[in-house]
Amino acid sequence: MTARQIMTADDVRRAVVRISHEIVEKHGGTDRLAIVGVQRRGVPLARRVVDAIEEHEGVRPPIGALDITFYRDDLSMVAHQPIVKGTDLPFDVNGLTIVIVDDVLYTGRTARAAMDALMDFGRPSAIRLAVLVDRGHRELPIRADHVGKNVPTSRDEVIRVHVTEFDGADEVVIDRLAVAEVRA
Amino acid sequence: MSAMPRTSADRAPAADRAPAEHEHVEAGAAQAEHGWTHRHLLDVDVLSAADIDLAMQTADEMKEILGRPIPKVPTLRGTQVTILFYEASTRTRVSFEVAAKNLSADVVNIAASSSSVVKGESLVDTIRTIEALGADMIVMRHGRSGAPYLAAQVFSGHVLNGGDGWHAHPTQALLDLYTLRDRLPGGRVAGRKIVILGDILHSRVARSNVWTLTTMGADVWVCGPSTLLRGFDRWAASMPAGRRLTVTTDLRAALRGAHAVMALRLQQERMAGGLLPSLREYSMRYGLTAETLRWARADALVMHPGPMNEGVEIGPEIADFERSVVTDQVANGVAIRMALLYLLAGSGPIEEGRNRA
Repeated sequence: MTARQIMTADDVRRAVVRISHEIVEKHGGTDRLAIVGVQRRGVPLARRVVDAIEEHEGVRPPIGALDITFYRDDLSMVAHQPIVKGTDLPFDVNGLTIVIVDDVLYTGRTARAAMDALMDFGRPSAIRLAVLVDRGHRELPIRADHVGKNVPTSRDEVIRVHVTEFDGADEVVIDRLAVAEVRA
Repeated sequence: MSAMPRTSADRAPAADRAPAEHEHVEAGAAQAEHGWTHRHLLDVDVLSAADIDLAMQTADEMKEILGRPIPKVPTLRGTQVTILFYEASTRTRVSFEVAAKNLSADVVNIAASSSSVVKGESLVDTIRTIEALGADMIVMRHGRSGAPYLAAQVFSGHVLNGGDGWHAHPTQALLDLYTLRDRLPGGRVAGRKIVILGDILHSRVARSNVWTLTTMGADVWVCGPSTLLRGFDRWAASMPAGRRLTVTTDLRAALRGAHAVMALRLQQERMAGGLLPSLREYSMRYGLTAETLRWARADALVMHPGPMNEGVEIGPEIADFERSVVTDQVANGVAIRMALLYLLAGSGPIEEGRNRA
């Protein structure tokens, strides 16, 4: 194991605060803005973005959670069906600018699935993407609007984003994929 | 924004090593939590409490989809689901069809009465034909107990039992459990007294419900005339420790303190077999009416798998009574069947399923 920390808790916090400023700046305020986290670790990150926006703008944009499991394009390639965590969009998406928040941007397939899922709920006026880590290797023509940190990686590395809510601490580590984890 | 914590805290099971992004799963990273391992759903006796919880949790998410303006997701796009029914059915067949269509599967419907079966084609040949026509999953109802097991031996995809003889009706038992968890205060069946009333002997619904409800810790009572309870006392005696099944012919004892009562359909042909003296006598002694329901708890739920014979096993005043959850059962059936189609589609030897001609 050669796990190496690439973002500390403070780095994560600063990146989230910067992204929250960028979102408001790009949108020109908080009117008709909503933040949606992708299950699982995008959800706590989305909550922090909303907390930060509330702190500096005094307005709390609506927040939702999106489970993209039913929209994946690789269901036939995984051994067992992934466990569904739940979608909850407690607002009407029509006419809103929706910022999708996720932890890692890699091939872009999750982002595509998230856009498909979101558009089943209506017609947002715009969809933007914010990620904590962009690790490259895109397989689809997708880019993030807001990035916490760009991390050049190779395909046999894995980025693990840890959040206090699930993992006890905030940090981002890069690791070699263990031999057993590489598909034969 | 109270909605957020509910989603992540209540529904998501204990912390795990869930992949950060689903691309990591493609790369073969750790599987999250307890996965579904059954290739077919032939009976509920093989399902553990964890399996049942997973089915319930997945059905919750399917219910969220059913609440959308357009209740459709692309999950099973390209999967062919063949619905093969050798017995008459409306709700189960339509429920499976709606469930499969909500997941964007391609649905083929075969009623045995209008297929080559009437020309004498064997079950095995029918299954082989369906497979050659591209079926990935077969939902099957058959009058003979065990017929889906034979289908599962021949078919290289997934078989879902939609009811076989007196043996099993897995999705009905799971939707009954889902409805009970949804409607009982506290949201669980453990320790609750659940009564199954009526023609227990001929009922696959009763057998499957006994399995799921005792697995989840309910105090299960089956009640009916002794001719329709044959063999159940021996089953009750051989229940593993910790499972509670009581068999009685005494309706009052069965209903006393009951949290829910499930009335079963009494089939008219039972009279011909000499098992019952008359319908009138049956409905007087075992009919669920406002009168007899008074013996149960004041908030007891009334269930029925349908179709109902109002005035025989269930009084018309009970059938559309405020504590009757019969329509919930039908609505929840779609969510449960979506959950099982989804879970089964990802189980079992995938390569085999994909590479066949």
